Amino acid sequence: MSTLYAVLFYVATVILIVGTGMKVARYARTPAPLKIPVSPAPRTKRGVWFRMFREVAFFQSLFKSNRWIWVFAVLFHFGMLLVLLRHLRYFTQPVWWWVDLIQPIGVYASFAMLAGLGGLLLRRIVVPRIRYISSPSDYLMLALFLGIVISGMGMKFLMPVDILAVKQFFLGLMRFQINELPAQPGVLIHLGLVAILMIIFPISKLLHAPGVFFAPSRTQVDNAREFRHLSAWASQLPPLPEGIPEPEEGK
Amino acid sequence: MAPLDKKEEYGAFDSVDEIFKIPALECGAMADTNTFAAAPEHNEPLGFPGELIDNWQEVAIAKMGELAEKNRAFQVYLDACVKCGACTDKCHYFLGTGDPKNMPVARQDLLRSVYRRYYTFAGKYFPWLVGARDLTKEVLDEWYTYYHQCSQCRRCSVACPYGIDTAEISMAAREILDTVGVGQKYCNEIIAKLKKTGNNLGLNPKALRATLEDLEEELEDETGIPVKLPLDVKGADILLITPSADFFAEPHIDGLLGYAKVFHAAGVSWTISSYASEAANFGMFIGSYENMREVSWRIRQAAKDLGVKRIVFGECGHAWRVGYSFLNTLAGPFDFLDQNYPIPQHIMEFTSDAIDDGILKIDKSKNDEFIMTYHDSCNVARGSSMGRKEGGQFDLPRKVLKAVCNHFYDMEQDTIRENTFCCGGGGGLLTDDLMDLRIKGAKPRMTALQQVTTDHGVNKMAAICAICKTQFSKVMPKYGYGMDDIMSVHQLVANAVILDGQETEEDDAPETAATEEK
Repeated sequence: MSTLYAVLFYVATVILIVGTGMKVARYARTPAPLKIPVSPAPRTKRGVWFRMFREVAFFQSLFKSNRWIWVFAVLFHFGMLLVLLRHLRYFTQPVWWWVDLIQPIGVYASFAMLAGLGGLLLRRIVVPRIRYISSPSDYLMLALFLGIVISGMGMKFLMPVDILAVKQFFLGLMRFQINELPAQPGVLIHLGLVAILMIIFPISKLLHAPGVFFAPSRTQVDNAREFRHLSAWASQLPPLPEGIPEPEEGK
Repeated sequence: MAPLDKKEEYGAFDSVDEIFKIPALECGAMADTNTFAAAPEHNEPLGFPGELIDNWQEVAIAKMGELAEKNRAFQVYLDACVKCGACTDKCHYFLGTGDPKNMPVARQDLLRSVYRRYYTFAGKYFPWLVGARDLTKEVLDEWYTYYHQCSQCRRCSVACPYGIDTAEISMAAREILDTVGVGQKYCNEIIAKLKKTGNNLGLNPKALRATLEDLEEELEDETGIPVKLPLDVKGADILLITPSADFFAEPHIDGLLGYAKVFHAAGVSWTISSYASEAANFGMFIGSYENMREVSWRIRQAAKDLGVKRIVFGECGHAWRVGYSFLNTLAGPFDFLDQNYPIPQHIMEFTSDAIDDGILKIDKSKNDEFIMTYHDSCNVARGSSMGRKEGGQFDLPRKVLKAVCNHFYDMEQDTIRENTFCCGGGGGLLTDDLMDLRIKGAKPRMTALQQVTTDHGVNKMAAICAICKTQFSKVMPKYGYGMDDIMSVHQLVANAVILDGQETEEDDAPETAATEEK
């Protein structure tokens, strides 16, 4: 079982990094032929950084457009951020001081994640507009996250597991050795779902995470009049004729 | 006039909350609303096949892949949507029709579902899981229907946490449709006409000259001053690029007279070009870079040929988006023009500067019968800017309006500035065969207008877009207003500006021709 999970995590990590890396490279490589910032847009690079910071750190646009989705999204995402940071203790020896510091907050954060996910799922089921636009994968994605959160909380509150052994397993993986993984159902379910999440990341809507940094409508500087923006393929177009053609007869 | 007494079939609301009242989903409500298809003679001059080609499926799928390679926005937007639903209640066509396929995300999905099927791992192997579907004739028809119910106004993009812009998807869809020979008559016929005559109306230089001469007479009758509307004058300082509707539609003409008065008062030499006698660039509506470039190129050639120093755009929303955001890309660099001025410049920037410089003599009382509000045109609001500061596209028109009118009230905050509603006729939908959609799409804007009518007695709305003006003059009567209750901003400027030496009317002499205090 330990070997199986070791292989699973190696594969999942490679798929996550290579797959997402390829997608990001593709986004970066694809030219934006026109200046399409949604205005009012910043006129300087610094302004764009600030705009993107507000989007990523506060979900500014979502805040303005839908307060309920914003509340659930913030609970989920920032809960997840804290929980992820808390999990750094499984990969560091000795544990960094600030990771130690946030351990208790991380526990509460799992409740925030749960509330956020529950709210998002509820909206998807209850609000007809959102039900209309949902595919099976949209529900499954929420279910996957819920499975991860609930199994994780289960290990914390209901069926404690040998977390030191789990830590040894992951520290081992980082050094290419396979240590014993406690064969408890909570651990296996939790880690199995996480591996699935890592594997589907580059082929799913989770690509919104890197994608947000490549949306020309938000990341472009509003300076089209000052600086000529020309994509590589557009510069290769055949030149158009110079001058005004003579008018045809009798016009 | 009491607009609120007259709730016709398209309805009016009682309070401002009603603007955002989300309709119950009515599947298929607009499925049969189709705009006329283009004939071969409309498609071919644009470089598209005349009619649906035999291997359309293959070509459409390949085109989709090509667009994903060539346009980052298209590529990222197709991947990044999480179906959160924030955009679902933002589209005026959805609010007006209740058809769920007019919700921005659902509209995008008409195309995204097909893209997934052919270009993503999940869609290739698990289509049912991610809602991927094959490209069939029914799907193609559905694209035609619903991508011609999007005015590319970008209101949904403001709402999206990732900035996903349905306009980009809708432009791409129209380009794919054109590529397989399914064009829209309205847009393609107009682009073909422009390529022949230099404007969307097919107005030839002779007719244009005659029109401008008539207008000069009209101005001289009114003011006693020979204000000129010059055509093809070589060596003029300014080339005015304005929508051809300004030459003969109401209230557009009155705006053109306003530009003429401002130029006259500022003492600059200017000209219109018969070769580039159109500001609107319908190439944008159909998402065709090549057509948009060709249309823009005429402006460059006209400016070079006439030897002007500056280019100024008249009141036209989509034209200004192309002018402000794309012109430099498509037809630049404009190194032969005077670099001390923005290239191109908007007439609002010009008038605003003239007001600041104290060049214009203004009698605000001339507009006292009007209680004004201002409709931010979607493409100006969300696709361009003006002036030196971020948000100038909102502030400059309001500043100019307030400088020439005594009574001005803004509509509900969530319906103006970057949250403005489209008039309902933008993006290539300003055609009679879509009248039902246009009336329903105007509903949110009309409701916000009715609110300021109730609260402040607002009786006129000003706009700076040729499409808005035409659309509103057609649909406002459906909501209890008169067709002349939509005005050009420069129409109000024209009313208030007093030219040097102008004969004053016997009944109301202008009180000291003072310039506007700040």
